[in-house]
Amino acid sequence: MLHLIIFLVFAAVCIAGAVSLLVQRHPINSALSLIAVMVSLAVEYLLLGAEFVAAVQVIVYAGAIMVLFVFVIMLLNAGVEERTLGSRVATIFGIPAMLVGSGLLAWVLVQRSGTGSVAAGALWGDPQKIAQLLFHEFLLPFEVTSVLVLIAIMGAVVLASRPDQAQPGKKEG
Amino acid sequence: MVPLSYYLVLSGILFACGVTGFIIKRNIITIFMSIELMLNGVNLSFVAFAANWKALSGQVFVFFVMVVAAAEAAVGLAIIIAVYRNRETLNVDRVNLLKL
Repeated sequence: MLHLIIFLVFAAVCIAGAVSLLVQRHPINSALSLIAVMVSLAVEYLLLGAEFVAAVQVIVYAGAIMVLFVFVIMLLNAGVEERTLGSRVATIFGIPAMLVGSGLLAWVLVQRSGTGSVAAGALWGDPQKIAQLLFHEFLLPFEVTSVLVLIAIMGAVVLASRPDQAQPGKKEG
Repeated sequence: MVPLSYYLVLSGILFACGVTGFIIKRNIITIFMSIELMLNGVNLSFVAFAANWKALSGQVFVFFVMVVAAAEAAVGLAIIIAVYRNRETLNVDRVNLLKL
């Protein structure tokens, strides 16, 4: 029972944060709402017994990625979002479409996903077991993602550097 | 005991909110945050199915999704900075020409 209550409280926080992300006009408020969503999702992961995933969710998502977002918002001095004709049309059609879509999705999921339920600590995802899987069965995908991250770092540096400063060591002529 | 369908419904609602934000927002940074919201919704369903079927592979897959999200955030925000430098705007309605 306590398990269900904690789930419902943090699910409410999660959905409130997601709706707040849509409603807020200033990007920094949207970013803070997204942090609330991610932290409450970490609590849901803890309820599912995924303690390592919960820790990584807080450190990587709520920490690293959102710091990057807030940094870019401050760097570009992003102001309040301006309304255009396209955004009004998208709002008029988008909000009802979301309500219908999520209602249908929820109905189908409740009808079709069976009567399975998750007990507290049904599966204990501690770092040792996850490392066993990650470095034995999933070793090749792990190495491929490390190459992906390296390429992403180099791409970010190349894209964000100014064109005239791209090669500072190169002599002219 | 929480039914599996509750987790899936929460994940579906988060994904729907992400899609809506992608459609109705005009600030390119907020659109990017909506994409992160969609990825988070998918991650929740991965972890819920992992707990339901007692298979840890689902949790390992969440790490790969997180790595892709981090790489995407790094490259995407660099692209946003490059676009802002050329156009002086973050509104996607004003970024509608391929040439400068």
